[in-house]
Amino acid sequence: MKTLMSFTATLALVAGAAAAEQVRVYNWSDYIDESLLEKFEQETGIDLIYDVFDSNEVLETKMLAGGSGYDVVVPSGTFLQRQIEAGAFQKLDTSKLPNFGNMWDVIAKRTAVYDPGNEYSINYMWGTTGIGVNVGKVKELLGEDAPVDSLALIFDPANMEKLASCGVHLLDAPVEVVPAALAYAGMNPDAKDDEALAKAEEVLMAVRPYIQKFHSSEYINALANGDICVAFGWSGDILQARDRAAEANNGVEVAYNAPSEGALMWFDQMAIPVDAPNPAAAHVFLNFIMDAQNMAAASNYVYYANGNKASQEFLNEDVIGDTAIYPNAAALENLYTTTPFPPKEQRSLTRLWTKIKSGT
Amino acid sequence: MRRAVLIGIPYLWLVALFLVPFLIVLKISLSDIALARPPYMPQLDLSEGLSGLFAFLAELDFENFVFLTQDSLYWKAYLSSLQIAFTATFITLLVGYPIAYGMARAAQEWRPTLLMLVILPFWTSFLIRVYSWMGILSNEGVLNQLLSWLGVIDAPLQILNTNTAVYIGIVYTYLPFMILPIYSALEKMDESLLEAAEDLGCSRLSAFWLVTLPLSKSGVIAGCFLVFIPTLGEFVIPSLLGGSQTLMIGKILWEEFFSNRDWPVASAVAVILLLILIIPIILFQRNEQKQREAEG
Repeated sequence: MKTLMSFTATLALVAGAAAAEQVRVYNWSDYIDESLLEKFEQETGIDLIYDVFDSNEVLETKMLAGGSGYDVVVPSGTFLQRQIEAGAFQKLDTSKLPNFGNMWDVIAKRTAVYDPGNEYSINYMWGTTGIGVNVGKVKELLGEDAPVDSLALIFDPANMEKLASCGVHLLDAPVEVVPAALAYAGMNPDAKDDEALAKAEEVLMAVRPYIQKFHSSEYINALANGDICVAFGWSGDILQARDRAAEANNGVEVAYNAPSEGALMWFDQMAIPVDAPNPAAAHVFLNFIMDAQNMAAASNYVYYANGNKASQEFLNEDVIGDTAIYPNAAALENLYTTTPFPPKEQRSLTRLWTKIKSGT
Repeated sequence: MRRAVLIGIPYLWLVALFLVPFLIVLKISLSDIALARPPYMPQLDLSEGLSGLFAFLAELDFENFVFLTQDSLYWKAYLSSLQIAFTATFITLLVGYPIAYGMARAAQEWRPTLLMLVILPFWTSFLIRVYSWMGILSNEGVLNQLLSWLGVIDAPLQILNTNTAVYIGIVYTYLPFMILPIYSALEKMDESLLEAAEDLGCSRLSAFWLVTLPLSKSGVIAGCFLVFIPTLGEFVIPSLLGGSQTLMIGKILWEEFFSNRDWPVASAVAVILLLILIIPIILFQRNEQKQREAEG
């Protein structure tokens, strides 16, 4: 009997030890300096399993289904808010996060709109949604004074008709594109009523024939290779395309602009699912990410701003000094944020999106 | 006793792998969307015994099925899926039959090798094979580069992200399912029947029409069902190769589930898809049975 008990105790220990050695992270694609993942494993001895996604919807479905098996996930602000309401996350234990003091109060104040008191999440990166262009080709088609920093580039049929032949991609995310269409029409980008959606439909339908594809990650390579001329996408992704094109030295010059009519500012937040298998290791991972140098390395690699004040002294000049990434006070004025769609409005939005994409 | 067990095993299999999952989906399709985990109401609470079960049943309704009839999107998607599945099956048959015929008429010692070549693509992941079609068909892809190098085209052909690419993907992926049953039907054919037909004055072409084709009918039917049934609910091929105008029910299901977080409506879409598929599945079963009886 005694041997049996000690045997089960050993088993439990082994099982416990095995569990403590693994942390599963689910993050956006192309969103980290991969050498950080190795560094984490070396420093902590915890096995890191790192998976990626490219849409908030996919992540949300996993969170709502439960039992995703992930310890750390990275939803955007509005999605985070809804998932907190659904009871998908656990509160962070700040006593296990000594680097918590590194966070930037300016950003924390804004993310508190989605996560009151920042109890469930920390900011990983934030950025804007705007327009990426293949400078040479767009100027060739639209002339030297092409409106590359205006939503008119993608929502004015006259411009789009000329751009269509060389390819325009839009994010496959109605919560990003519809607010932009509303901003272009001079309406409140956060409006969700039928009238606003009808207006957005009108704007989008007028340019629909000229849009080659709605996709949320393909445009990085497509823009860098010169396959397409214009992409409406996320700031850092387009800046990554710019750098890939420069590295490939293929004659493609990519530029990013936040639209002058106003740009959506979004926040990607790291949170721990309520049923995370290993919350202790999840906290170790969050603390590792909140380290000033690690966070700076991530931002230097992906060209997104982060919510970590202490990291700023380690940022490269082409990151901290670029107003497309760290907007100055005037540019910050021009950014807007949005709130989650309630179920009924969400259905209208998805229906609108299907109609725009498929014509049905 | 032994007989009962033998009959019982396949039925148990059907209940566990088909009936139970179907009932779960049916249950969700009758419930309502909610902001919770999982995102629908009501949840079955067995701790309250029978009264809990009755309270649960009272909350279910057919609202989601009514909703599907109110929006033209759904029946258009079903119709469009049916049309794509029919067309793709027909093209697969046109491509597959000559291949199967050639294999069955090839020299005996070559047949195992040819059979092997048909099965060989299965050794590579389906996803990787579809992705390589993206590489072949894209604007800067292999096909367009080859054609412009040959001087056939000036501007790249837009094939990727269109229905043409979807047909290419489906025909490519499901071709072996068409070839194998036709081959097995043709291989069993007694060639002396053809000699007899020619002796009686049939030309080779009419011998094919009057003898070979009818004898391979069972293989053709089996192949068509094996292609049609999975194609109808296909999701991966239209989402990777198709454009945004490609309307298929698999994509609609995905959107209901992921974008709307509306599991009840997604389940209702799935239940109807299943009901549509039951007809060809039963016909397929009949065909198989008839063939077995004919052989037995």
